[in-house]
Amino acid sequence: MSAPATTAALQVRGLSASYGPVTALDGVDVTAEPGRITAVLGANGAGKTTLLRTISGLVRPTAGQVLLGDRDLTRAPAETIARAGVAHVPEGRGVITELTVEENLRLGALLGSSRKRTRHVIDDVYAMFPPLAERRARHAHTLSGGERQMLVIGRALVTGPDVLLLDEPSLGLAPRIVAQIFGLLRELVDDAASGRLSVLLVEQNARSALSIADVGVVLNLGRVVATDSAAALAADDGLRHAYLGF
Amino acid sequence: MTQQADTPQDTEKDTGQPAAPARAAAPAPRPGRFDAVRRRLPKSTFARHALAALGGLVVVFLVLELTNPFRNSQFATMSYYAIAAVGLTTLTGLNGQISLGHGALMAVGAYTTGLLLGPDADGAALPLPIVMLVAMAVTAVVGVVVGAAAARLHGPYLAGATLALAVALPGLAIYFDEWLGGEQGLRIAAPRPPDWFSDAVYFLSANETPGVKYLAYVGWITLLVVLLLMANLKRGRVGRVWQAVRDDEVAAELAGIRLGRTRVIAFVVSAACAGLAGAVLAVVVRLAAPSGFTIVLSLSLLTAVVLGGLGSFTGALLGSALLVFLTPTVTNLGTSLGLDATAAAEVAPFVYGVVLVLVMLLAPAGAVGVLRKLWHRTRGNHPGSSTRRSA
Amino acid sequence: MQQFLNVTLTGLAQGAVYSAIALALVLIWRSTRIVNFAQGAMAMFTTYIALSLIEAGQSYWVGLLVALVSGLVLGALVERVVVRPVEGGPELNAVIVTLGLFVGFQALAAILFGSTFVSFPAPFDLRGFTVGGVNIAFTPNSIFVIAAVVVVMLALVALFRFTNLGLQMRASAFSQEVSRLLGVRVGAMLTLGWALAAVVGSLAGVLIAGGNLVSPNYMDAVVVFGFVAAVLGGLESPGGAVVGGLTIGLLLSYVSGYLGSELVALAALVILVAVLLVRPQGLFSHAAARRV
Ligand SMILES: Nc1ncnc2c1ncn2[C@@H]1O[C@H](COP(=O)(O)OP(=O)(O)O)[C@@H](O)[C@H]1O
Ligand SMILES: [Mg+2]
Repeated sequence: MSAPATTAALQVRGLSASYGPVTALDGVDVTAEPGRITAVLGANGAGKTTLLRTISGLVRPTAGQVLLGDRDLTRAPAETIARAGVAHVPEGRGVITELTVEENLRLGALLGSSRKRTRHVIDDVYAMFPPLAERRARHAHTLSGGERQMLVIGRALVTGPDVLLLDEPSLGLAPRIVAQIFGLLRELVDDAASGRLSVLLVEQNARSALSIADVGVVLNLGRVVATDSAAALAADDGLRHAYLGF
Repeated sequence: MTQQADTPQDTEKDTGQPAAPARAAAPAPRPGRFDAVRRRLPKSTFARHALAALGGLVVVFLVLELTNPFRNSQFATMSYYAIAAVGLTTLTGLNGQISLGHGALMAVGAYTTGLLLGPDADGAALPLPIVMLVAMAVTAVVGVVVGAAAARLHGPYLAGATLALAVALPGLAIYFDEWLGGEQGLRIAAPRPPDWFSDAVYFLSANETPGVKYLAYVGWITLLVVLLLMANLKRGRVGRVWQAVRDDEVAAELAGIRLGRTRVIAFVVSAACAGLAGAVLAVVVRLAAPSGFTIVLSLSLLTAVVLGGLGSFTGALLGSALLVFLTPTVTNLGTSLGLDATAAAEVAPFVYGVVLVLVMLLAPAGAVGVLRKLWHRTRGNHPGSSTRRSA
Repeated sequence: MQQFLNVTLTGLAQGAVYSAIALALVLIWRSTRIVNFAQGAMAMFTTYIALSLIEAGQSYWVGLLVALVSGLVLGALVERVVVRPVEGGPELNAVIVTLGLFVGFQALAAILFGSTFVSFPAPFDLRGFTVGGVNIAFTPNSIFVIAAVVVVMLALVALFRFTNLGLQMRASAFSQEVSRLLGVRVGAMLTLGWALAAVVGSLAGVLIAGGNLVSPNYMDAVVVFGFVAAVLGGLESPGGAVVGGLTIGLLLSYVSGYLGSELVALAALVILVAVLLVRPQGLFSHAAARRV
């Protein structure tokens, strides 16, 4: 919670998107501030995935703006947005299974750093996730679900992002692994060295997400129904029962 | 005859799969100018189609009697392209399969015809219609073999396999050159019009019936019969099953349709058309030789079908007509640009290639699709969701 | 015995060329899920460009180089201009576009270069080596053909294995969306893939032409054999394409040597159908069952 709100890393203003006749996002405002984890919550079909995909340029918005600092990224191509410092870990993980663990990481590290630093950041990831180091030469399809999640988070980190978009990282993982990954996420954001990182964490598993998030945004049918501190959201029984399912 | 919409209850009752709502959404016949006419039309689909075919016959008679022998021969050429194109569109447009082997299947029909008719006119033992039926049957049998393999393939794999067929089959004609005449091919006697036929034409128009005109009649009558049968097939249960398979295999499978068998049957029907087309080609060209059945023939057929609009018989006719009647114009254009005769003859296939690419990029629903869109636009409707392109 | 040896050696040299065509098809299939049926026609076209230069007095090597460069440009242009709009669309549309290119290039070549057979020079001797007093069907030119294909394959392996560009191309082929999210310019990678494939195809075109007669349709059968080889190798795997190409080269050479050259294409058809029906994932692929 180092930076003041005015230097917010990622601002989403009035964002709308649709799939043909289906409106999936309807005027959504979200801010992801540096040094904070912002949880995006809501039931299945609320538009969480669409929100992340629209931010990262995979879906074209019909209205609204996506700003990174003072840079307008609205309607920029996905590769440009990635190069601007937005790392999106898609739903269902997005490991390239035909490549080795090391190649997946190298691919991430190509974004922006020199050769020497590449080696360095990849070694950092191996230090952070020892299971990956053991399997660096293996094809990624041999990894377990938890290891895949480590790989994609590691791959997102080696791109040197300002903003990290995570889509349901807990999906299909054992609680112990989820706890481990969430704990790591918290450490990363709190780490002074990466103090500028903002995280937008999409989760259906609202209880765990709120336990590590600073603030939360609740979506329902493509609209924001609540924005508040994580603690306040967790304490609001009505909201919890209506939208968060716990 | 491809324009009439199914009545909604028809569609739902017979197939009960997801393609049905889209087709059921076609505008219901509304009261209008043609109501009086419509009420007088026969109720049964077959009768309506037969009436249309009869009308077609009258038009064919008028056109062939009123045009010169050169045009007559062009119409004869168009008839076999159209027969094969109707067969191909049945397969590609209705069933979603592609075939680059239809040129080779036409070769089967043509060679069969050549073997049965022989090189001199007096030697022919069998009457022409029987010869054509045999050619059709033989090709259908080949179609069973090819179709059994093709039924399990899709898209690029099917295209590659049928392309291999198109490349491979001419080799057989050379391998069995004792029977099939090798590179030179088989010369085929042009059948003479039977007396009753010439007499009938003379009675109606006071014209003689030279060989060329007779063959144009043979081709067009065959084409009308094929169209009549195919239109019925398309409107009937079989056609709807085929379209169901094309639109959504999973849904079709769930609805109890046997995919493999459906595909084989579609291929066989389509092959039979190609065989008939080959028979007509054989008597019109009076030669069956490997050089007549190159890949370019298959690709011309594909051009006709794609240009007209996949799945539409009107489109197949339109495409064949463009193919036959525009080719001389395009060739002349080549000559006037200073090309020699052999080079000018290649301008037409060049245009086919360009057309195939452009149609796919600009108007994948083909000419019929474009016309239909314009029609809907002028009537202030949205173009219905019942486009005939296959996915 | 001597005939068997000769047939085998001929088959190897031809197999090398089929491998190259198969490899070109696989490169494109992996990245865009399109079988480029125009691969042979494009190669034929660039071979004619080489021939025009050679006939105008340039050396074989200049011709070869220009053919490869024009292949690069042609492949990139074709992808950018006509293939890009149908990528990811209905598969039939892409098939029809490549078929349109097939006829289009073939006819254009006939218009520009004539449709009669013309002979294409070979860079090396076409007389077989003499081993122990016996003349065998293996020529210095066959060695050149095999060596050229091997060099190109090694270069491709190096590109894909050891360079960042190759890594990005592979990533784009396997997962376009994830690659874009990692900042990879996927569009450029696809264009480059088509361009490289066309280079490999052009090489095959020039190699098979060497010492033979060419006409606008001399590659028709070759592209079919290349497709059969690619399918035999599983269509996904560059290594499979190479092994498939050599296998097809040998098998077809035996058919030609012992049964008759007219039946070669028919044999290819039979092999193709047999593979597709019996082992659709290809002979050398470990991938799970695949929908053909
Ligand atoms: N590719 C798509 N095509 C059509 N509709 C989609 C597509 N993806 C999502 N939707 C619809 O958009 C809405 C939001 O979906 P999504 O963003 O995936 O929600 P969430 O991630 O919160 O579960 C849902 O109604 C869903 O059905
Ligand atoms: Mg989601």
